[in-house]
Amino acid sequence: MNQTTQLKNAIEVKNLNFFYGKFQGLKNVSMNIAERKVTAFIGPSGCGKSTLLRTLNRMYSLYPGQRAEGEINLYGQNILDKSQDLNLLRARVGMVFQKPTPFPMTIYDNIAFGVRLYETLSESEMDERVEWALSKAALWTEVKDKLGQNGLSLSGGQQQRLCIARSVAVKPSVLLLDEPTSALDPISTGKVEELVNELKSDYTIAIVTHNMQQAARVSDFTAYMYLGELVEFGETEQIFFKPAKTATEDYITGRFG
Amino acid sequence: MKIDNTLYTKRRIASQIGLALSMSAMAVGLSVLIWILYVLFSNGLSAFDLNLFIHDTPAPGTEGGGLRNAIVGSLMIVALTVLVSTPVGILAGIYLTEFGDESKTAELTRFVTDIMLSAPSIVLGLFVYAIAVSTVGNFSGYAGSLALSLIAIPVVMRTTENMLRLVPGSLREAAFALGAPRWKVSTMVTLRAAQSGVMTGILLAVARISGETAPLLFTALNNQFFSTNMGAPMANLPVVIFQFAMSPYDNWVRLAWAGALLITMTVLVLNILARVVFRDKVH
Repeated sequence: MNQTTQLKNAIEVKNLNFFYGKFQGLKNVSMNIAERKVTAFIGPSGCGKSTLLRTLNRMYSLYPGQRAEGEINLYGQNILDKSQDLNLLRARVGMVFQKPTPFPMTIYDNIAFGVRLYETLSESEMDERVEWALSKAALWTEVKDKLGQNGLSLSGGQQQRLCIARSVAVKPSVLLLDEPTSALDPISTGKVEELVNELKSDYTIAIVTHNMQQAARVSDFTAYMYLGELVEFGETEQIFFKPAKTATEDYITGRFG
Repeated sequence: MKIDNTLYTKRRIASQIGLALSMSAMAVGLSVLIWILYVLFSNGLSAFDLNLFIHDTPAPGTEGGGLRNAIVGSLMIVALTVLVSTPVGILAGIYLTEFGDESKTAELTRFVTDIMLSAPSIVLGLFVYAIAVSTVGNFSGYAGSLALSLIAIPVVMRTTENMLRLVPGSLREAAFALGAPRWKVSTMVTLRAAQSGVMTGILLAVARISGETAPLLFTALNNQFFSTNMGAPMANLPVVIFQFAMSPYDNWVRLAWAGALLITMTVLVLNILARVVFRDKVH
């Protein structure tokens, strides 16, 4: 089951149970996220893939009534522990959301916002960091002459790449992508997928997608989830070409979901 | 498809009646507004000259005069009120949306704010009289500002809260996802996203308090002479209008109309500012 034994694991999830009030969203999920690889979570709507992603940076802690039980080890440290500093965690584990959310500030300040939270950089160092982040997100050439413009003036695809640049700028250990291309046109989607391929040489990436072809194109490992349970987890090639469970095969071939 | 003609005709007639009724309602409201403006302008414009801004309120029986002391007094009282009520109102609004939310304290605050929003201003004036005038022994501009703040703070608080609630949760989450602490998310991201709405709320609060008379009657009272001492009775436009409007002196009555016109123009300009300057520029 654990094909990631040869690689180092950035995150190890052990017996994770998640509750929205009385409703159980995740049932005894255990899996690993390998360092500097792309792990995709796939499954039909409501299967718990976004829920699982959002436990990895404890985003759910913003909402009373949502709670997690079990263990999630980020490089050996259990982030579900009560003493875990949430802000520091989220600086190490970044997230990009489905809907592009540029802050109401200039493009430059959008990128600098996260960096300024935890690092003190001189003006030239900050300029360099902004340029670096925007280049990583394949956005630099398009915006280098209008860094002073409001982030909201960009197109949808550009805004999403801005959000990716913003997350990358703080140099997190792990990058979580929650259906990052659902709201984008095909060309922007292609650009973002190229990005993910490039980023994985430096970052550990977990991506939730309802687009199976995207998961097949982009990820090294895939986790198939259904109704809150992890049905199957393994290398992407194996999951898509020789799934071990019939349930997985049914979903992959489109027989349902 | 077989259309029932009688049914269709009945509906058309009902629609036309409804439309006619709403148009007449609008016409009634609009004509009253135009009538008020017409009366204001025709009575007040004659006294609108440079003297209005150069001379102080005239003593009973003397000729001429202006409204300088009242204008300056109103400006000072309103300025102090804005300085006090804006930060308090905004911070309270931030508390209600970002921190308190469903807590008992927040629910209680909202309830009390709603009561204060509809409290008669004369009651607030009397209250401030009891605690800040009779205790000290004299009327003052400070007491006037205090009374007006009690009216302005609930307005700013409610508008800020409503505008902040309109900011999508996804924007907040994006800021939290970078590891930003709660207060930074509230001020640097959420408040900024809502800033045009909040500014509008402040402008509308100012427009509201500019014309409040009852609270000032018991607190700042009035002053025949020019004064910038806020620790003593201060001239202000609403009370001057009150005093002059029903007096037997012609110049006093003319000045009262001019004052009323001045206040109306200020409120109009503030409302236009709120609409034009602070509309959301990026969509």
